[in-house]
Amino acid sequence: MNHLKKVIYNCKQATLLIEKKQLTKLSFRESIELRIHLAGCSMCKLYNKQSHMISTMVFQLFHDSIQQASTAKLDDDFKKELQDRIENELNK
Amino acid sequence: MVTENQLLNPHHWVKAHADYLYAYTLSRINNEELAKDLVQETFLAALQRADRFEGKSSERTWLTAILKNKIVDVYRKKSSGLSNIREKEAEDEQRDFFDEDTGHWNDSNKPLPFGIEDHDPLRGKEFNQILQRCMQKLPSLWMSVFTMKHMDDAATDLICTELRVTQANFWVIIHRAKLSLRACLQKNWI
Repeated sequence: MNHLKKVIYNCKQATLLIEKKQLTKLSFRESIELRIHLAGCSMCKLYNKQSHMISTMVFQLFHDSIQQASTAKLDDDFKKELQDRIENELNK
Repeated sequence: MVTENQLLNPHHWVKAHADYLYAYTLSRINNEELAKDLVQETFLAALQRADRFEGKSSERTWLTAILKNKIVDVYRKKSSGLSNIREKEAEDEQRDFFDEDTGHWNDSNKPLPFGIEDHDPLRGKEFNQILQRCMQKLPSLWMSVFTMKHMDDAATDLICTELRVTQANFWVIIHRAKLSLRACLQKNWI
């Protein structure tokens, strides 16, 4: 009973499991514990939602910035120098 | 048999790939000078090991792989030394998040609704900017682990080896990084 009580109140542990679950498979025990906790904790339910949202946004953020390559172009002088350097190396 | 488009052609490298590699670096390391250096180093390193290119991947994929390693080197350097102070600070901040005995959310730090959970958050430009600022505040090691996992979807084992953290510590860092980010968003958005 004592252990169960700990699981029900421990949001620190529950939020760790929420993070873990997004990236790997939880053990049987962990997944039961998380389910029990979330059933009774509206704060962690909200955390769960927000955490997923943040992960999606972070992922999106980085993939967007690749596509927005036009906003972060190297200047032509730098490029020319760089290609010259490569040619030099090739001719060595 | 190697087909023609799987050969390396260093004469067109800069034209074909430099902007891409630069943008790739900037999204991971927010420093233009350093990003330029890394792009240059990538091409030079690639020349030196051109004989090891087997044609199994495209030229760009191969160059990106070399660049990735260089970025990890930067992460590794950043997360040692002085930056540990920031890590200590961030850990201290989190001490108030949960009750010491029960692990229950403390009232002052409990999650509050952002008000955009059910909308398409990707459209919120302002929210995105706050997110970026919050990410930059993370201690380097947390940022590195978090980025490699959430952005590149790198294997956990690889991240642990590259950044020299244990498996147990990996999950602690993933957890802490997200707790910090969420708290920072709450503080600056609501």
